Amino acid sequence: MTMEAENVSTIETALRVETKRLPLPPRERLEQVFDIQDLDAIYGSKPAVKGVTMEIYKNLVTAIIGPSGCGKSTFIRCLNRMNDLIPGFKQTGTVRYHGQDIGGGDVDPVAVRRTIGMVFQRPNPFPKSIYDNVAWGLRVLRMKDSLDERVERALTQAALWDEVKDRLKASALSLSGGQQQRLCIARAIAVEPDVVLMDEPASALDPIATQAIEQLMHDLKSEYSFVIVTHNMQQAARVADMTAFFSISTGAEGERWGELVEYDDTTKIFTAPSDKRTEDYVTGRFG
Amino acid sequence: MSTPDFTSSGLRRRRAVNRLMELLAWACAAIAVGILGIVVFSVARRGAGAFNLDLLTKTPVPFALGPVKQGLANAFVGTIVIVGFAALMALPIGILVALYLIEFARPAVRNVVTLALDVLNGIPAIVIGIFVFGLFVVGRGQSGFAGAFALGCLMLPLVARSTMEVLVLVPTSLREASLGLGVPRWRTTLSIVLPQTIGGIVTGATLGVARVAGETAPLLFTSSIVGTQVSWNPSHALQTVPVAIFELSESPDPADHTRAWAAATVLLLFILFASLGARWLATRSRRKLEAAR
Repeated sequence: MTMEAENVSTIETALRVETKRLPLPPRERLEQVFDIQDLDAIYGSKPAVKGVTMEIYKNLVTAIIGPSGCGKSTFIRCLNRMNDLIPGFKQTGTVRYHGQDIGGGDVDPVAVRRTIGMVFQRPNPFPKSIYDNVAWGLRVLRMKDSLDERVERALTQAALWDEVKDRLKASALSLSGGQQQRLCIARAIAVEPDVVLMDEPASALDPIATQAIEQLMHDLKSEYSFVIVTHNMQQAARVADMTAFFSISTGAEGERWGELVEYDDTTKIFTAPSDKRTEDYVTGRFG
Repeated sequence: MSTPDFTSSGLRRRRAVNRLMELLAWACAAIAVGILGIVVFSVARRGAGAFNLDLLTKTPVPFALGPVKQGLANAFVGTIVIVGFAALMALPIGILVALYLIEFARPAVRNVVTLALDVLNGIPAIVIGIFVFGLFVVGRGQSGFAGAFALGCLMLPLVARSTMEVLVLVPTSLREASLGLGVPRWRTTLSIVLPQTIGGIVTGATLGVARVAGETAPLLFTSSIVGTQVSWNPSHALQTVPVAIFELSESPDPADHTRAWAAATVLLLFILFASLGARWLATRSRRKLEAAR
């Protein structure tokens, strides 16, 4: 079996496992969370992403896939104003969240991030106890009522409670990488965001920890909307309802930027992509 | 195919050169340590005769000749008061400057202010002294406050720079973790970034204090015309250890020289313990930071 064929067959297996889920209702019946129009993201004078137009829907898992350097992370960080922290960063176009423009200068990025949470590529628990990692955000954001229950619920949702319930006072840094990442997810969902953005949440984890995180997205998508960046196509095929493929374009003078090539049902992206570049990428012929 | 010959004709020479260079490097390291050893040893040996509790607890007897010189309590108290006030001025400003530069300032602003701090750090102490002399002493007379202000000016860049260094060690991912929850920037700085750096900030503060405690030149201008009484009041000129050492060394009486050496020993011991304490704190906080990465 050639590598290419093997690649395709694993994706097909992944998709087949997912056929248990119901087919997606037609787009117009889905509720929009994000409406992104002609988004450009620029570092200094270097565009990282150009002209992205897409809609992201409620209670779905939306995956962003694509090769390294195609601006997946930059894009997802535009959705909760995380790029504001980078000096020299600019974005143009509009990002609407439930109809409200969240990209503008008169929008409070803190309030945006409060509603649109984020889980990062590398687990980044606070150097505090396991309990305090979850509880700190709740305390700061004045969600102090029934703190213990909230912490337990978040840890349970993140599929970590059984592993840590006897050592909540222990340092979060004593957990394994996979546990730390689930703790970060618990921390993010404890403050009850509406959307959870995940920037390659499993790239530093082993397959078992990865599976736990994928399962958790599956279980929680009825309550939250997930947007996940991944370079792992099997992962996208396993967890995502919708998949967006980003690629790198090269301009006349050799300048490179990322752009959205194709955005569709995950099954369609992996089995019947309409763009040649998508097909090359998902069949492993990219290069 | 024959086995290559691994014995090189130049190998013996190479080994000799290697050994020689290693020895040279070792000698240079030994010289650096040796200089410190010689300074400490010679100061302590010469001051041993006057190094006793009276030195710390009794005031000097004016115009006394011979062995009834008593102590330098006024100088030690003066140094504590002046350096204390200098720290009160320099620490908050220095730490806030560093926080602003690392956490909030645009890169252009950061570069300019960092350069300014480095230049301020490079200004000779005597220049600071004469500046404060012109600013506060002319027309008003010397005071402990003027001395403290001069020392504060010297401490400020030390504190700011050392605080900046520990702040950049705090991983961005930690700040993002907090900001990603929707926690405001100031709260992130206060509750997540600062606690990570307390050890490093204390280290910088300690080193700053140790450094200015030995400054003489600015104090000659601002707080050197003094009596022999112990005073805690910085609105008058206060005697300080470095100025006392300087004045005693000018004395014709050899007993004064011994007391100068003894005071110098106390100063050295203070700096030694402050540095060791700072080192200990720095290692502790670095270990904590690395664990958080």
